[in-house]
Order: sequence, then C-alpha cells, then structure tokens
Amino acid sequence: MIKALIIAVLVVSVAGCSGNQSALDVHGQSAVALKQLIVIMVIACAIIWLLVSGFLVWAVARRREVRDDEVTKRKMTVGVQSAAIATVIIVAGLTMISFYTTRLLNSAADDAVVVTVKGQQWWWQFVYKQDQNQALFQTANELHIPVGRDVRLELESIDVIHSFWVPSLAGKLDLIPGRKNILTMRADRPGIYRGQCAEFCGLQHSHMALMVIAEEKADYERWRMSQAAPAREPTSDEALAGKDVFTARQCAACHTIRGTPAVGTSGPDLTHVGARQMIGAGLLETTRGSLAAWIADPQTLKPGNNMPLVPLTSDELRQVSAYLEGLK
Amino acid sequence: MTSAKSVKLAVGLAGICLFFIAVFIGWARQPRQFRVDPPIAAALEQFRLMPNAISGTPAEVYFAMGKPYESTAFDLSQGKRLYAWFGCSQCHGDGTGKTGPSFLDGWWLYGPSMVSIVASIRDGRPHGMPAFKDEMTIDEIWQLAGYVKSVGAYSTSSKAPSRNDDKTDRPAENRAPAAILFNEGPVLPRPDQGPSR
Repeated sequence: MIKALIIAVLVVSVAGCSGNQSALDVHGQSAVALKQLIVIMVIACAIIWLLVSGFLVWAVARRREVRDDEVTKRKMTVGVQSAAIATVIIVAGLTMISFYTTRLLNSAADDAVVVTVKGQQWWWQFVYKQDQNQALFQTANELHIPVGRDVRLELESIDVIHSFWVPSLAGKLDLIPGRKNILTMRADRPGIYRGQCAEFCGLQHSHMALMVIAEEKADYERWRMSQAAPAREPTSDEALAGKDVFTARQCAACHTIRGTPAVGTSGPDLTHVGARQMIGAGLLETTRGSLAAWIADPQTLKPGNNMPLVPLTSDELRQVSAYLEGLK
Repeated sequence: MTSAKSVKLAVGLAGICLFFIAVFIGWARQPRQFRVDPPIAAALEQFRLMPNAISGTPAEVYFAMGKPYESTAFDLSQGKRLYAWFGCSQCHGDGTGKTGPSFLDGWWLYGPSMVSIVASIRDGRPHGMPAFKDEMTIDEIWQLAGYVKSVGAYSTSSKAPSRNDDKTDRPAENRAPAAILFNEGPVLPRPDQGPSR
C-alpha cells in the first residue's frame, strides 16, 4: 500500500518534468546547456550536503574524549584547512562552469534568422524581416523557426516589462520598454514548444502564452512564403460579406489584414489568423466558434484586454467569423 | 495570567482580526459585470430627452441599478479606456478640448446631465460630433458618458478611474480639475446652449 503510494507520488511528480513546456525536457542548444548547468549544480550541492550532514551526525554520535595533545591539535588544523580549500575550489569551479555556460548562450551564427519580438498587454507580436530594415510580415503568439538554425530574437516591449520564456528551447529574458534585448535560441528537433510571459505584467499575465513551432527547412520556407503573401480572398458569399463587415466596422481601426483596406496597428495582424493554432495568446483554439465567441464578448473571455465589445448583429458575427476562419 | 501575557494575547487577537477583516474586504469587493443583461441594455436605451435635446430622464432601471456608471470606479475606468480606444481625444484632447469643446470649462453645450452626454455620444450632435451607436454597446456609451462627466466634475469624488501611465498636464479626474480651471481667470462669453449654436 505504502509502496504503491510512493510510486504514485513519484510518477505524478516526474510527469511534470516532460511535455512541451519544461526546462527539464530540452530540445535546444541553450536549454541543454542550462540543464547541464543545473544538473551539475544540484549534484555537487547534494554531495556536499550529504557529506556535511554525515559529518554532523558523526560529530554528535561519536564518543567524546577530552584530549589536549599536539597530535589532536594538528589533526584539527589540517581538517579545517582542507575544508576551507575544498570550499574555495568548489565555489570557484561552479563559478567557472556558470560563466562559460552563460557565454555559450548568446553566440549566434551569422546566418541566424532575425525576428523582432514585441511584448504587449497581453500578447506577442513577431515581426519577420526581409533584410536589415524591411519588415516582411507579422504574426501573433505563434513563432515558426527552422530546425537546426540559430534564431536571433530582438526583444522589445510596447508597454510594461514582460519576459520571454520558452523553457524547452532557451532561458528567459526580459522585454524592457525602450531597449532591445537579444536572445538566441535553436531547436534541435521539430516540434511545438509552449512559452509563457514570465514577468508579471498585469491582469491577464497568465493568458500571455506563445507557441514556438520548429519545422524542417522546407516546411519553414513554405510557411514563410504563405505568410508573406497577402490575405486570401474569401470564396463563399458569407465570408465575402464578412470581409465587408470587417473593413466597414471598427475592426479595421485596430487590425491589419494585408490586401484589404484594414490597416490598424494596435491589435494583432490578422492576415493569416485562420492558420494559427490559438487565438487570444493561447486562450482558445482557432475555430470558427471560438473566433465568434471572442468577437462577441472579449471582455468576459479575457477581462481587461484591449479589445472592446463591438455591437454586431448575429448575421454580421457569423459572416465575420466565417471570413476570419478562412484566412489561412 | 500576567499582564505581559494578556497584552501579547490581545495583540495576537487584534492581528488575527485585522487579517480576517482584510480577507473580508478583498472578498466583498465590488462585483464586476462585463456585459449587462440584454433587457437592462434595452432599458438603458430608453431615456427621454427634453424637447430641446438638453437634459431629460433616464430609464427607471438606471436608478434601480444604483446609478453605477457615474459612481463606480470600475465603470469610470472602463469609460477612460473607451475614451482612448474610440479616439475621443482627437477632438476633445485630454478633456481640455481641441477642435471639439472642452469638458473642463464648466460649460456644457447640452447641459451636464448624464442623459444629455449619453445622447450626444449615441446619436451625435451638430457641428461635428459623430454618432457612436453602431460602434459601441449602450452600456459602453453609459460608461464613457460617466467618465466624461467625471472629467468635468465640479466637486471631488472618492471614486477615481485608473490612473494614467503617461504624464498629463492636469490633475486626476476625481480631483475636480474643472473647479480649479474655473478659478483661473475671468469667465469668457459662452455660446448659447443647445443645437442652434
């Protein structure tokens, strides 16, 4: 019975270490380096702790004899001296390891993919660039990266301090208003890695998630081409009507859909919103129903967010959600 | 029991009481309603204006609700967000007026009542004020009207909207900036109230 309980507890606690958002389930160069560092630190400290505890127990349990001769004094001096030397060596060693790991983290190759990350209350804006200055396209809360290639993220903030953390791929780094922080990461294997804002940034801090989708080179290039293209023209009558509603009503004041008159910049770019897996920064899966629910009542779904409730009739709501769902 | 012990006990009990009072205050905070019930929203549309479109009376339900839109901090804060979102500041500035009239000069073209302000936002007014009835829900319009009214308030209020993150050139809304600006100089000649401006 007790054995079963212990096994159950172990299984449950170890289960938290795998999955797509864990610093112990690593798939990128910097995350691997950081994990090695923490493993070395934990093992070293555990050994020291065991030695110290054992020594303490021995010191309490041993028979005490009062001896005051030269031999005992010398033994004690040697003991204290060697403990001091061991401490210095261990601390210096751990410092060196930590220093070299940190230096390893931000060494990007020259052909790195450069993406500007702008943190906002409460979503992530990713700007992919054509070359040095020219922005190619934007996406929100979903970062696609090629496998095995360094990615250089330029972290900026629009409003308050956020923190970019994708535990399986890299360490965390703050986004500070008014400055640009650089984070390098690389995924060694294709997959979907979840990230999360790691610095309390307001009411919906917990609903500020992102997804990093690492793909093989060909898949990544295909995705990049499709994202760079302007929005797909709707085919059904309902979606066509939805496009008119979107551009005529105040949706277009905050959102951009490239290829249409909608050029607002304060909300996420929706040019290919239907192709993203989640909406609302990891709040809901992208389906027509969740898009409609979000538009119908954004403040109940994510209280405090910056999207106002727009009065639409039920027909308009159906049309707009059909249009947005089709923006693959 | 010695006196030192009883003092300790009293301090401990007082601490525990304070803790539970704090918990109670946190629990009994103002409930937030993100979306009003449709019948109430419909009723909020049913206010009546005087024939000259200045002042009037809101629906009974507004009093039954306890006049929330001008008296709760949450609604005032929402109004402040709406003021920014819907670009009010393009014409009215931060309340001091630009191409649109100021809210701070103590002169309301259509009177200072909530109903007038709601009607101005919902249906628009001559000389450039657009109608927002297709762009905002009725409770949003009431929230915005409450905020606009608080911007031009004559007296201080304990209910404040959220503070600005940016620097502003005037005191906080709940500190009666209108009254301060009143006392600054001689009163300028005012235009007549009402649509025939």
